[in-house]
Amino acid sequence: MIGVEHYVVVSSILFVLGVLGIFLNRKNVIIILMAIELILLSVNLNLVAFSSFLGDLTGQIFAMFVLTVAAGEAAIGLAILVIYFRRRGTIAVDDVNRMKG
Amino acid sequence: MLTFYLFAGIMLAAAAFTILARNPVHSVLWLIVAFFNAAGLMVLAGAEFIAMLLVIVYVGAVAVLFLFVVMMLDIDFAELRAGFIKNFPLGLAVAIVLLAEIVLGMGAYQAGSLKLGTPDGSGAPVAGASNIEAIGALLYGKYLFLFEAAGIILLVAMVGAIVLTHRQRGGVRGQNIANQVARRPDEAVINMQPEVGQGVKL
Repeated sequence: MIGVEHYVVVSSILFVLGVLGIFLNRKNVIIILMAIELILLSVNLNLVAFSSFLGDLTGQIFAMFVLTVAAGEAAIGLAILVIYFRRRGTIAVDDVNRMKG
Repeated sequence: MLTFYLFAGIMLAAAAFTILARNPVHSVLWLIVAFFNAAGLMVLAGAEFIAMLLVIVYVGAVAVLFLFVVMMLDIDFAELRAGFIKNFPLGLAVAIVLLAEIVLGMGAYQAGSLKLGTPDGSGAPVAGASNIEAIGALLYGKYLFLFEAAGIILLVAMVGAIVLTHRQRGGVRGQNIANQVARRPDEAVINMQPEVGQGVKL
């Protein structure tokens, strides 16, 4: 039987990969959103692993709420991306500070 | 045992390819692979419901949404990768610092200075019930209000996305339902009796 430590190691590596993705693709907001999804996935994996190994279902319920928020965040983020692209013709986010008003 | 390493290895490789791929479409596809393998890991941990939710919600909705946006917008992706090499050392440094912190935390746990809490038993799975049955009992009982709040969050997200992306386009002849409903036969139909070869003047 796999211990909970294995899950913690895997999900922490996944978390670090997500953070690395945000830093590597600082211009491309689509990849940044995907990296955030990876981070939330690693959090979910942790919650589910601990909930299963501690014998308490609350972690899985909370993972469901994280899933809900992640879905809403992706929808709103992509909507903002679409209107940003419509205005600017690009999605490079390192010059967002030009967006006034 | 082997399946765990299989799922974990493929998931981590897919996550790495997600953030490194040149083409964002490939990124989305790798993300889908990562989600499938994470669902496999969750099945191994005994959380079938969350695993299926992950496949349905993420692969079925979120990843497809990403694909739509990537393919719909005409973006020059080569230009967006310009800072990739420049940002690499900083990103790697932050990642290593984070990893070191996690390793330190786990080391502290292994050394015994951190204590895991013990569950109070209020969320313990019912004996003999399947995973989905136990989750349903908890979700519709103790966590009912949080569940409703999650529904409201989704509603707000949906309304927000529609309000943000909806635009009024000019020059479109829309349907005026009130006018259609208010029409009466006597103003819609005119009986004519034209002479031969005369035609009808409207």
